[in-house]
Amino acid sequence: MSLTTAQPTDPGPGPGNPRRELRSGSLPRYFPPALLASSAAVIAGVLLAFSSFGFVLWGVLTALAYTVIAVAASTRIEGGRKAKDRLVTALVYLCFTLAMLPLVSVLWTVLGNGLARFDGYFLSVSMNGVLPGMDAGGAYHAIVGTLAITGLATLISVPVGVMTAVYLVEYARGRMKRAIMFFVDVMTGIPSIVAGLFVVALWILLFGPGATNGAAGAISLAVLMIPVVVRSGEEMLRLVPQDLREASYALGVPKWRTITKVVLPTSAAGLTTGIMLAIARVIGETAPLILTAGSSAVSINWHLFDGQMMSLPVFIYSQVRMGGAVNYERAWAAALTLILVVMLLFFLARMIGRLFAPKSR
Amino acid sequence: MAKRIDVSGLHVYYGDFLAVEDVSMTIEPRSVTAFIGSSGCGKSTFLRTLNRMHEVTPGARAEGKVLLDDMDIYAPDVDPVLVRSEVGMVFQKANPFPTMSIYDNVLAGARLNNRRMSRSAADDLVEESLRGANLWEEVKDRLNKPGSGLSGGQQQRLCIARATAVRPSVLLMDEPCSALDPISTLAIEDLIHKLKEEYTIVIVTHNMQQAARVSDRTAFFNLSAPGKPGKLIEMGETNKIFTRPDKKETENYITGRFG
Amino acid sequence: MTTTDAPTVAPPPKGRRRIGDVVFAGLARGSGLLILVILAGVAAFLIVQAWPSLAANTANFITDRSWDANVRENPAFGVGSLAFGTVLAAAIALLLATPVAIGIALFIVYYAPRRLAALLGYLVDLLAAIPSVVYGLWGIGFLAPQLVPVYEGLARNLGWIPLFAGPASTSARTILTAGIVLAVMILPIITAMSRDVFHQVPQGHREAALAMGATRWEMIRLAVLPFGKSGIVGGAMLGMGRALGETMAVAMILSPSLAISWNLLQSGNQTIAGHIALQYPEATGYGVSALIAAGLVLFAITLVVNMGARYIVARGNKES
Repeated sequence: MSLTTAQPTDPGPGPGNPRRELRSGSLPRYFPPALLASSAAVIAGVLLAFSSFGFVLWGVLTALAYTVIAVAASTRIEGGRKAKDRLVTALVYLCFTLAMLPLVSVLWTVLGNGLARFDGYFLSVSMNGVLPGMDAGGAYHAIVGTLAITGLATLISVPVGVMTAVYLVEYARGRMKRAIMFFVDVMTGIPSIVAGLFVVALWILLFGPGATNGAAGAISLAVLMIPVVVRSGEEMLRLVPQDLREASYALGVPKWRTITKVVLPTSAAGLTTGIMLAIARVIGETAPLILTAGSSAVSINWHLFDGQMMSLPVFIYSQVRMGGAVNYERAWAAALTLILVVMLLFFLARMIGRLFAPKSR
Repeated sequence: MAKRIDVSGLHVYYGDFLAVEDVSMTIEPRSVTAFIGSSGCGKSTFLRTLNRMHEVTPGARAEGKVLLDDMDIYAPDVDPVLVRSEVGMVFQKANPFPTMSIYDNVLAGARLNNRRMSRSAADDLVEESLRGANLWEEVKDRLNKPGSGLSGGQQQRLCIARATAVRPSVLLMDEPCSALDPISTLAIEDLIHKLKEEYTIVIVTHNMQQAARVSDRTAFFNLSAPGKPGKLIEMGETNKIFTRPDKKETENYITGRFG
Repeated sequence: MTTTDAPTVAPPPKGRRRIGDVVFAGLARGSGLLILVILAGVAAFLIVQAWPSLAANTANFITDRSWDANVRENPAFGVGSLAFGTVLAAAIALLLATPVAIGIALFIVYYAPRRLAALLGYLVDLLAAIPSVVYGLWGIGFLAPQLVPVYEGLARNLGWIPLFAGPASTSARTILTAGIVLAVMILPIITAMSRDVFHQVPQGHREAALAMGATRWEMIRLAVLPFGKSGIVGGAMLGMGRALGETMAVAMILSPSLAISWNLLQSGNQTIAGHIALQYPEATGYGVSALIAAGLVLFAITLVVNMGARYIVARGNKES
């Protein structure tokens, strides 16, 4: 023990003390949940007593009460360092809760408002001949348009995106590779409305002003979709073990056959997941379609090169712009339809990714 | 301020898997104790239970008693954070914080307990710790350079200085030289000799010559078969373990004949 | 193609490449080049189509606050106020989203129970799956009405700060509401980038901190945050790039306007993207060309921000 006192400096009360205490006053394990539950209950009671209960107010006050009491108790019993740790823990949990609020709120309001009109009728009729304020009409034409436009965009993006990914992983070297990777990154950052303006500018040059049709919309979506397909495709192709390629080369199989017969099939599940996530991303795009495919189509149009084409997201927007009560109902129902489609794509993508993932991962 | 460690009936689990079975031993203060044994025999796992670092691994837990002098570090009201400032640790791969200067690296742990250290006290602590780690002469002119700019052996000694700056009573070393060249290894071994004046030192090593060179006592761990838990086979004076071990298994290992 | 159909036959003589290989490699390279062509095309076509209105513009394009572009001659328009609104909305979003995103990323990587972490991360990703038009609808249909009393309270109590000067908008369709919705939209982007870097923090650094007696927060402060700094900054900038270019939520919440206002509780600001979406259907004369010019400015701003973000992330990756 004399060694301690012989040392020239003492870094503080804790360390260096010959009999450092390992025990510290500590709050029991059940303290955080118990405190949270009791502060929630007490505050609910108080708010109800003053008959000013609101979920937001309740949540805010509970979080505040919990944090203050927990930190105060911890400072007294466990000391400042632990109290700070508890404060950060509370904040971090709060951040996550805060992120869940909009998610739950969006889904809840869309579900609550959308169900009123979400039925077979809504999904199977267009807005053709529906006059303002009339309690009729549906989103069938918009669903048709979304399918056609997104379908064409996918047809354009998948070959270009996958082949670019193949190029980056299997062929490209050096400067060229870095340049393309960099510009793919840049391309993911293009605002969707700029992609729309790009096609507007292109179309004016090719067909003169005022030409709006589904194909223009599809191309603007393809501009947004290609970089997403490239990035996910690149990631998936890199997961294919090098041994597999070498085994194929060793059998004398040419490179392009190795890629088409070994590399691409091995990563098929991952590629499909990536493509579906990319579709899920662009299927909700609105701004470029307002510019390129128009926002006033009311009838069913399967023809991608002939006239305006409605889509689900644009339908939501144009109904909101009209502003009547019926319009808002239609907008909510269309939002519900769109969210269901997106979520379906999202879940299917994850399922495919999980079920068919290569076992070597 | 070196302390004695008494382990009795310690089991370590990863989830349901029993990794180390029923270890009891006494580690003397102001001495070097070496843990030897083949890979996967649980010696590193066991070492980490001595300052509750195993709790960082998800699913890992220990049952049994570990007394630090008279204090059970697994008693319910003991704070693992305080245990670790009492029982320091040095790792296989030197891990100075890359964004911090040498100076700040040394103080990183000490500052946790004492935020308002005066400038002169901090300077003194840095110098003392670096001198203690035989590193002062090499780095005194570049204390404000990042620690990641040092050589591997210097980085490891910086980590030892950082650990001692917290003023622990025990230093655990998990294969501290396995990533170093022979000259740096020698520097660390010299340092271990010096440090045992003040600390209880436990070192895990794969290098039996190293165990023979630096340790006073040696513990041999082994497992009967892959997938079975690791066990403490025997422990004693290093001299005795390396010349006349009691157990056949130990002898086989020492002489290079595995089970 | 015939040579490759029979790979069992003796390999072709050296120096001669198979047609299949040549064609396939050409297709792959062509796709890669097409990316560059598209990007160059975006810039080129925007410039070409913006030029007529910029040449004819009688006002200063950068500073002017009017938008008299829907005419056959002598248009007068400028993006100054719109650029201000764009940056203001993105700044609000970034200010609100970044700390929360860091907290979420820490929660998922270091605090949440291991079994749940993947699922919880997935829930945050779902925020990115909701289309922006739905966020816009939610913003005007649900969020804005809820915010009216909050804004009134802010104006009453903090009205002495110019940002919160009253009277608060009775519809709450203001730049602050737009910023809040944008914050929700960029939250998953910043979170994803931060999570990635937090996962990459070497175990050695975290253990070093814990082994000298750091609490979990002290471990994060010593080992995680310094290491993850560049990833967080890069992620925040990517989020900002997204917020700058986001159209629908803004177009639906804010009304057309060309004012410059620091007041967050009153309507008056508009962003470039929102302006384009709102004006395009009515654009005539030089109108479309002028909107394309505005889009070009937006493209340039987001390009700079995104390239900066990628640069910071790449530099951070190299250092570690």
